[in-house]
Amino acid sequence: MVKKIYFQSIFFNLFFIKEAFAAESGGMPQLNPEFWVSQIFWLILTFGIMYLVLSKLILPKISNNLESRKSQILENIEAAEKQREDSDAKLKEYDEIISKSKLEANSIFTQVREKSLKDIGAKREVLDKQIDNEIAEAEKEIDALRKNAPDKINKIAIETSSQLLQKLIGAEVNNSSISAIVDDLSKRNGDKYYGN
Amino acid sequence: MAANPMSQFDVYRIGPEIKVGALDISFTNASLFMILSTVSILLIFNIGSKKNSILPNKIQLLAELSYTFVSKMISDTAGSKAKPYFAFIFSLFMFVLFCNMFGMIPYTFTVTSHIIVTFVLASFIFIGVTVIGFIKHGFGYLKLFVPSGVPAVLLPLIVVIEIISYLSRPISLSVRLFANMMAGHTMMKVFGGFVISLGIVGGWLPLSFSVALTGLEILVAFLQAYVFAILTCIYLNDALNLHH
Repeated sequence: MVKKIYFQSIFFNLFFIKEAFAAESGGMPQLNPEFWVSQIFWLILTFGIMYLVLSKLILPKISNNLESRKSQILENIEAAEKQREDSDAKLKEYDEIISKSKLEANSIFTQVREKSLKDIGAKREVLDKQIDNEIAEAEKEIDALRKNAPDKINKIAIETSSQLLQKLIGAEVNNSSISAIVDDLSKRNGDKYYGN
Repeated sequence: MAANPMSQFDVYRIGPEIKVGALDISFTNASLFMILSTVSILLIFNIGSKKNSILPNKIQLLAELSYTFVSKMISDTAGSKAKPYFAFIFSLFMFVLFCNMFGMIPYTFTVTSHIIVTFVLASFIFIGVTVIGFIKHGFGYLKLFVPSGVPAVLLPLIVVIEIISYLSRPISLSVRLFANMMAGHTMMKVFGGFVISLGIVGGWLPLSFSVALTGLEILVAFLQAYVFAILTCIYLNDALNLHH
């Protein structure tokens, strides 16, 4: 009711303005009140229906669409983040396994190396000992031979010289005097023959 | 169309005369373009909200961009308290925008170039905002007319000025839209008339003006719809959040 009176008062005010305009020119059609009521009626009708349909049906749907898209995008981002974390963890695990196995391989290698080195050392020691023994034996034999050699040579020299003398002078020669001479000679010349 | 540049604003009856009591509510060309605007708005936004795909198609994108544009405009100027009035301001913006844009098609009628239409919209906003202000703040809403930090000597003058500026809101709001639309369309019509009267020889200059004016008018059509909506938001802000 108040609204009606309100509009009617505007209506009348503008009506007088229109009278003033109409005098000077062909007039503005806007100020011709013939269809004002019709325009107000159709404006309220169309705008009202549009407002109702938009506010009750369409805008909630659009806001719903926007919300659901937002939440879905957030969800997807969250899922992606989670997957990234998972893959990071997997990568870490993998790295750990790799480094662990590397360490293991290293330790196995050093162990084997040490063991083989030890084996080689032991075998070498045994061999060294054997070789040393054999060398020592050979040296002993050589020493014995060397020790015996002058005696045998002296004996041979005594025998051959006594037989030689017997053949030459036809008399028995005292073996002991010959052996003394040979001993004396061999001692004097021993250096020349044996290189001692 | 007649040569008179104002004849494009003529309202004429389409079909029979319809009378309710003493009131003439006949269907006119203005009614036709109001219906065309609202139907195209409803059609576009209905199609745009029907399917909810993560990757929106063109119409859905249009609808959603308009939605976020208006909702951002409201929350920027009037804050979160203005949320219940979103649907109204959205409808208002779209209605004015579509009426303005329909007016840019040659041989059409521009609904918003009529003072009565814009004045009804503006006074509805004015009355609505005033009612909201009094409901929210009671008589404290009258503090709107008493700005803080004004010397007591100037207060009577300031209060009178504030009241006059408040009461002139519906007039300024409606006349701004109406005058912009009317002036733009009249000017285009006048330049169009020059093209005809100067003929093939001299008509090129007004024709190029006409082309430039068409671009300008499309900008104005959008801008005035935006200004209309944002001023509504500002008035609503005054009513919701009393700053003074």
